[in-house]
Amino acid sequence: MNRIQQLFADKPADILNVYFTARYPGLQDTEPVILALDDAGADLIEVGMPYSDPLADGPTIQESGTAAIQNGMTLDLLFEQIQSARQKTEIPMVMMGYFNQVMQYGEEKFFRKAKEAGVDGLILPDLPVYEYEQFYREMVEDLGLAISFLITPQTSEERIKQIDSLSRGFIYMVSNSSITGAKKEITQTQLDYFNRINAMDLDNPRLIGFGISSHETFKTACQYARGAIIGSAFIKALKAGKEVRESTTQFVQKILNVTA
Amino acid sequence: MIAIDSRGYYGEFGGAYIPEMLHPNVEELRRAYSEVWKDEAFQKEFRALLKDYVGRPTPLYFAERLSEKYGAQIYLKREDLCHTGAHKVNNTIGQILLAKRLHKKFIIAETGAGQHGVATATVCALMGMPCIVYMGEIDIERQAPNVARMRMLGAEVRPATSGSKTLKDATNEAIRHWINHPTDTHYIIGSVVGPHPYPDMVARFQSVISEEMMWQLEEKTGRPDPDITIACVGGGSNAAGTFYHYLNRRHVRLIAVEAAGLGVDSGESAATSVLGTKGVIHGSRTLLMQTPDGQIVEPYSISAGLDYPGIGPLHAHLINSGRAEAISVTDDEAMQWAYYLSRMEGIIPALETAHAFAALDKLEYKKDDVIVINLSGRGDKDLNTFIKHYDQYNK
Repeated sequence: MNRIQQLFADKPADILNVYFTARYPGLQDTEPVILALDDAGADLIEVGMPYSDPLADGPTIQESGTAAIQNGMTLDLLFEQIQSARQKTEIPMVMMGYFNQVMQYGEEKFFRKAKEAGVDGLILPDLPVYEYEQFYREMVEDLGLAISFLITPQTSEERIKQIDSLSRGFIYMVSNSSITGAKKEITQTQLDYFNRINAMDLDNPRLIGFGISSHETFKTACQYARGAIIGSAFIKALKAGKEVRESTTQFVQKILNVTA
Repeated sequence: MIAIDSRGYYGEFGGAYIPEMLHPNVEELRRAYSEVWKDEAFQKEFRALLKDYVGRPTPLYFAERLSEKYGAQIYLKREDLCHTGAHKVNNTIGQILLAKRLHKKFIIAETGAGQHGVATATVCALMGMPCIVYMGEIDIERQAPNVARMRMLGAEVRPATSGSKTLKDATNEAIRHWINHPTDTHYIIGSVVGPHPYPDMVARFQSVISEEMMWQLEEKTGRPDPDITIACVGGGSNAAGTFYHYLNRRHVRLIAVEAAGLGVDSGESAATSVLGTKGVIHGSRTLLMQTPDGQIVEPYSISAGLDYPGIGPLHAHLINSGRAEAISVTDDEAMQWAYYLSRMEGIIPALETAHAFAALDKLEYKKDDVIVINLSGRGDKDLNTFIKHYDQYNK
């Protein structure tokens, strides 16, 4: 069982997964952000691999990626930073990026390096399910990496079952049809969708992402899934804040509605 | 046999590398397009509009002075005479009819130089459908006349302000818009790029170019095949149309002309087949310009229509397998040809198209070979550039 699967085995509800773009806001901020998120009470960390053309992401994440690339981000450096952070924390970590980055690095080399660095899972939103199953599944599963595929309100039942059979760890349930950082409130249509998925009796637990930005939306999401994923709202907080540790702590406390 | 497989691959290139949010849209399109293409009523409507609205067939013109000068039989496929001034409209007519059959209410598109944007705005006006065209903020500035044309036609031109603010980013923004509007909107991609089925669908809509070439050549030369066909390639839609019916007629040479910008090794170039490596861009596995870390590199060409960091997967396959030959042409060579063709044949070509002609100086061919150059667009949109550089090239 890897750290992600262990987390879901240990914690029944209210799992908080926070996304941040590696090497943002500053070149050396990857490790401080990871450690601050862990200390503040996040359960899972999604480390974003900065990308020039992130199709599924909105302006907030794209801008942070552009800044990180200008900061001098390479995947080798990122693996080093994750490995260094891994010496100091046992929090589950997922790498999120686009397939072209993995392809250029070399797929097998990428998966091995991720494992060596202490990464537990992967989210590659533009890797097609078919190509994954044909070419990469065996490699990823042999390494014990947990891959999460996405589902949306438009994903067919048949396809959800296929995605469930390939996902390990959790399924990333996109809350509405949008790019990241879009809507603020959760609508009845979305609640119907969450209920429909819950009734399907899937093997993998779900985390709800896209549009989760506050304590209220986090709590609502947690009623319909094992937890939720927050990304753009945290990037905004990092951008607005002065000091990484302080803004991270405050942000997580605000989402969890706790005080230190 | 060169053909696309059921998953949208030409050899190792193609496929649909898209986020799950796009899957239903793309899947709907994939299911619909082959059937619609085979549907008699669709073909009838498509052909009628190509004839009466676009003005097809476009002439195949024997360029006598050019032929004499180059010692070959040079024919020009006059796509510049299509309504709106370029081949782009062949595809937008096809896609808008498809969108109507899918009961879509809104149309979005991306554009670089503005030709595809104008062609999309035109068919949206024709069908009375609202149209949003994404265009890089930088391109909006440098292609002002086409922006005005789109607005005149009733389209909303939305600036793409992310990334490098050019065609690549306009495409990203259009894809994001489509993600946010998954059920009521059709995205008219302008080239043979994007996730399957776009590359094949756009190639089929443009294949009318080589379909006409075959019977026109037969009439003029007694055989349907040229020895050589030449077309410029940005994403590659006019080249796909020019090559389409010759793909499996291997005695016909296919020449894809890329923009070298200031020179292939200058760092300011768009010669993707030389500078590109295998990767994924806009949902398709193909050749693209990128850093070793997989960050997509912004290309450069004086011509905004060839200024794209990838090429369509069909062309990646044709070039990689040796079926097509790629030739790089610099800004300077293309500019010289724009002025030269104007004087030699009385035709002012688009800057993109001028690149295709410059291949004549670089190709080896036999005396009296039949060569067809696709004259993909007219040069009105580039007049500002031509005026600006007039003295430099006309001493």
